[in-house]
Amino acid sequence: MNKKIYDALVIGGGAAGLSAAEKIAGSGFSVAVIERENCLGGILNQCIHPGFGLHRFGKELTGPEYAEMDIDLICGKKIDSFLNTTAFEIRNNGFVKNVFASSQEGVTEFETRSVVLAMGCRERNRGNLAIPGTRPSGIMTAGLAQRLLNIEGYLPGKKAVIIGSGDIGLIMARRLSWSGAKVMGVVEILPYPSGLARNIAQCLDDFGIPLYLGHTVSAINGIERVESVDVSPFRDGAPVQEGTFNIPCDTVLISAGLVPENELSVRAGVKLSNATGGAVVDSSMMTNVPGIFACGNVLHVHDLVDFVSEESMSCGEAVAGYLASGSTAAGEGNIAAGSNIKYVTPSKYRTDVARKFYMRSLLPLEKAILSVKCGDRILLERKLNYVRPPEMQTFTLTPEMFKDAASVSGDITVSLAKV
Amino acid sequence: MNSIDYDVAIIGAGVIGASIARLLSSYELKTVVLEKFPDACFGVSKANSGIVHGAFHHAPTTLKARLELKGNKMYDQLHRELGFPFKRTGIIVAAFSSEEMKTVRHLYEQGLANGAPGIELCGQERLLSIEPKLHDDVAGGLYAPFGGVVEPYRFVFSLMESAQANGVCFIKNFEVAKSSYDGEKHSVISSDGQCVTASLVINAAGLYADKISEIFGGEKFKIHPRKGEEFLLDRNSPARPENVIFPVPAKESKGMLVIPTVEGTTMIGPTSENIDDKDDFSTSYTNMEKIFLQASRMVNGISRRDVITSFSGLRPVLDGEDFYIEKSKSAPAFVQVAGIQSPGLTAAPAIAEYVADILSNDFGIELRKKGSFAPELPKTERLFGISPERLDELIKENPEYGNIVCRCEQVSEAEIVDAVRKGHTTIDGIKFYTRSGMGRCQGGFCTYKILKIIFRETGIPIDEITRRGDGSFITGGKIPGELE
Repeated sequence: MNKKIYDALVIGGGAAGLSAAEKIAGSGFSVAVIERENCLGGILNQCIHPGFGLHRFGKELTGPEYAEMDIDLICGKKIDSFLNTTAFEIRNNGFVKNVFASSQEGVTEFETRSVVLAMGCRERNRGNLAIPGTRPSGIMTAGLAQRLLNIEGYLPGKKAVIIGSGDIGLIMARRLSWSGAKVMGVVEILPYPSGLARNIAQCLDDFGIPLYLGHTVSAINGIERVESVDVSPFRDGAPVQEGTFNIPCDTVLISAGLVPENELSVRAGVKLSNATGGAVVDSSMMTNVPGIFACGNVLHVHDLVDFVSEESMSCGEAVAGYLASGSTAAGEGNIAAGSNIKYVTPSKYRTDVARKFYMRSLLPLEKAILSVKCGDRILLERKLNYVRPPEMQTFTLTPEMFKDAASVSGDITVSLAKV
Repeated sequence: MNSIDYDVAIIGAGVIGASIARLLSSYELKTVVLEKFPDACFGVSKANSGIVHGAFHHAPTTLKARLELKGNKMYDQLHRELGFPFKRTGIIVAAFSSEEMKTVRHLYEQGLANGAPGIELCGQERLLSIEPKLHDDVAGGLYAPFGGVVEPYRFVFSLMESAQANGVCFIKNFEVAKSSYDGEKHSVISSDGQCVTASLVINAAGLYADKISEIFGGEKFKIHPRKGEEFLLDRNSPARPENVIFPVPAKESKGMLVIPTVEGTTMIGPTSENIDDKDDFSTSYTNMEKIFLQASRMVNGISRRDVITSFSGLRPVLDGEDFYIEKSKSAPAFVQVAGIQSPGLTAAPAIAEYVADILSNDFGIELRKKGSFAPELPKTERLFGISPERLDELIKENPEYGNIVCRCEQVSEAEIVDAVRKGHTTIDGIKFYTRSGMGRCQGGFCTYKILKIIFRETGIPIDEITRRGDGSFITGGKIPGELE
């Protein structure tokens, strides 16, 4: 068995993995990236539509172009990439971690002092959503349809209904329309859309594709191939028979949410948060397992890759700090989700260094006030307009905010109040 | 026109047809299996719960009960020879009231009368020590250490592989439409005009055994489909028990269970609902609620969050509810093997022997053991849970073991290629054979890779690859206007 030794091992060569690796290498440590596909870039490679990089580069790049920016950044840096290589086991041996990965060359044992989890996420699907109805072909996740269409050159079908108004589904609605297929409608269970507002406008409104809010697909019909779907109003947690209508179609795409891929993490002893599906991390993006860090979609599902890169650069810097000193600045106290907040990550705060936090609200609010408090003491208060769960919010806590009191200790709570 | 005159034609490659084929392959007989779907195990057997029953659910007077225990006992040897996943987990029937305990006592007596080994009547404490995952308000129950779980697809596929390795011919995509008998042999015609001749025909056609019987001039009976819905829960589900847990049975069914599948997932269900449409494999909201309620009543930790998928199966029910395995009195040279609902899978090896006895006793066919019969199949190594050292060895023998295609179930390219080369060229066939697509992402990441491998190995264009034959195409065609 092949054995390789690195200071850091990054699992996943997408946006998160590349940014983290770049920072680690930039600090002079040896780092390897292992990637299961035959090229770096991750899911960006199949996202051929523009809209990436607005915040980070001030440009509207396509997915592959954004990935190329990261790949260019790592060229010339001492980073070893292992493509077509799939990690299948992480053994935690205290100070040292052994990650086993398989490729056509055999199994490689990577011995390392730090692991960065950057595996991204998978899609919720017909099976785990338990969508009732028959079992025809023609049902797939929007991401699979995107791969088949953009990279392999095959339509998923000719007449589609999309379940869920998540971004991937909205993007595919537009892509299908451009490719000569017809999108009959998007069905969303919540009373508000779950994708970015700009995608609703550019992918549905611009194409005259109806969006059925507060509705669910109560049955998929068809024996060999999809023939139609039944769409019902969704009330009190269940489909309602009255108001049910039928849409003939031959394809059902599912865009109903993403789940961080943490099977490997869990087997390594990493504790996950129920709210995010990703690891619980402290102020330095380290999980409960010393030396194992997480960033990107595997930590919590992002909407903008720019934030993935930002978060992952922070992570890479923290890993470098850990490798240099043998410990991390975990943070002084806990920061937790309060009223109207779905989650906040990371879960610990520091008073000596500025730190960015990422959060999502639980419900849409036209006008809201974000409060970050420690007991009664207000650390930060900000007005926010048009807050929606699908659009991640950020805030930064700086040392200045902690200054004029003897000490700030105890839990910090983040909440959103309606104005 | 097929040039071989077969001695025996078996209609249906489900668990029953495959078991019969495997047994007959050990005799000096020319046997063919005719299957209407593109693969074995695509009919009734596809939705099997995979339980090897404990021989207490049916009265000793029934054929079901006799064949159930006999079949159960044959699993160890078959497992050694064919290598399909199988485990004797133990079976429990849990009672939650003194009324229910009365039924459990009856099952216990029945088990004793059937000769079920090791069967025990348990009080609350004993039962909870055997199965700690049970709700601690359980009143007591039955323990059958002899019962277990099997992976139904790999079982059926291995039976067919072994049968074929020993000379049985397997003709897929052959839907029997007509037949005629000339006094010596049947000419069996498919819906697309293929013809096979055989001296004797065995009807193991599951849901359509009634239709097949009619085609051959056999007895008139009706198969009533009885639907059962099941849910599959994640490997990490805290509800996974050690034993298969049954509730006290209802009138027409054994109830909704909590099953620790041999692959590590947890299955809950099935429901039991008489329907009319033999093509209706749909699932519903109301059944989901029923199943979760019943499962939660018996064990803790059942959660909707852990759902991987759900599916429906149809049991082929005959009036009288017992197995109908007999030489036909009205059709010539014809054996009925119909109404094989639960405990069909358990009884399958014994049903095969029972049918062989019919061939011998009722038809006077001489069953000479084949000297060249090779009972063992080369074992296919699965990567799930494999040690890094062993995986490294496998990759050095065949580099395709190093390319993981299905990450959720750790299935490599080597195994997908193996499945395709063994004749599994539909997405479902490959899924049932390798488990790729059965995991948490349900084929989200592996499907496009599998399509490409099928194309590479067989030349079938990607837009012609189906989920399970006929019009179940995976894609909707190439993007118009693209370069070839």
